[in-house]
Amino acid sequence: MSNGLGFTSILSIALGAILIENFILVKFLGICPFMGVSKKMDTALGMGFAVIFVMGLASAICWVVNRYLLVALHLEYMQTLAYILVIAALVQLVEMFLRKSVPSLYTALGIYLPLITTNCAVLGVALLNTQNGYGFIQSVVYGITGGVGFLMAIVLFASVRERNQYADYPKAFEGFPIALISAGLIALAFMGFSGLKVF
Amino acid sequence: MSVKKLFTDGVIRQNPVLVQLLGMCSCMAITTSLFNGVGMGLSVMIILTCCNIVISILRKVIPPNIRIAVFVVVIAAFVTIVDLLLQAYIPALSKSLGVFIPLIVVNCIIIGRAESFASKNGVGASALDGIFQGLGYTLVLIVMCVIREFIGKGTFGGGLIDVGEAGVRFVTDGSGSGIRIFPAQYGALLMVLPFGGFLTLGTLIAIVQGITNRKHNKEIRAGKLSVIAALDAAHGEEGGSDE
Repeated sequence: MSNGLGFTSILSIALGAILIENFILVKFLGICPFMGVSKKMDTALGMGFAVIFVMGLASAICWVVNRYLLVALHLEYMQTLAYILVIAALVQLVEMFLRKSVPSLYTALGIYLPLITTNCAVLGVALLNTQNGYGFIQSVVYGITGGVGFLMAIVLFASVRERNQYADYPKAFEGFPIALISAGLIALAFMGFSGLKVF
Repeated sequence: MSVKKLFTDGVIRQNPVLVQLLGMCSCMAITTSLFNGVGMGLSVMIILTCCNIVISILRKVIPPNIRIAVFVVVIAAFVTIVDLLLQAYIPALSKSLGVFIPLIVVNCIIIGRAESFASKNGVGASALDGIFQGLGYTLVLIVMCVIREFIGKGTFGGGLIDVGEAGVRFVTDGSGSGIRIFPAQYGALLMVLPFGGFLTLGTLIAIVQGITNRKHNKEIRAGKLSVIAALDAAHGEEGGSDE
């Protein structure tokens, strides 16, 4: 499917990843960081941008690894192992690179980077790229826009949570349960996008 | 550490999903029919037990600086084994769980138990811990599946239990129709959609928190627990749930 490089194809992948099949709210990938770092708006923003960066990069590198290493050597069954190692190494490299060369960005993203290794959205996007048979450009677009969808969901959710603090709900719902239910309501709103089509 | 303590910790007191709040992605994503829930639960249980055993054996050899990387490689190896076995023997399950089988690699329960239990305890205890934590996870999945499937589709045991001319029987190819409790048109489809996942898990955790709070209050009233200790405990729990 490497011929699907037309503008509409890219646009439909992007729109799908951001709105229709949002990674968090529809696919349930990346719930842990979504719940963990959405208490304040600025941390949510930091995490969101870090995820966009790593998801885009991971999609690109995993595509190359899959095409020129795994498929070439008939090692497709090692996919999961190879991808998680690529992602772990990538996160580590990005962290070291940022610390040395862009310290300002490092201090902004620093603490979120290690968390991303265990973010299922990153491994998920790499696996889905392979499953859907995306080409290189499509994979990168899917990775980046998937990250944009994550950023949007986490920022929306952080603002809801900031207001939740002043809401009056039963004491048993304190903390996680009320957060989950708020996230559910956002997911409900996102279902409205499910009819959206580019063509 | 006694077997009984490990059992109650895994299933109730330190339940991986409801108390430790780990592994929620898969918990909400796949609990739409009992077939998926049981399949996922058992897969995680097997992987968790095997990983705990291997990491416990290797715990004195693994250099502490790179332990997380070693854990991830061990986990990924077992996940690959289970993934391939499912593709070969239960293809329906492999298809229906899709990307969530390879994603067990990043399931926080497994890496969490490796870090907090298997790397500090003996092989026997680690194996039991894996079985019981896996059991706790499976039970939560089953409860969520039963609730969501019942309200959403009006059936029980979809995919796993087949009611046909041959009577009620278990099937492993995911083709079971399930036991119909009320007609399908009255089902609230919302419960099998993502919203239902968030709502069900949120409510379950709220119930557990409600019971814990009530127990604390009772103990305070009975004078068993001083108010300060209770406040400390409540504080500790809050801190724990932040992660």
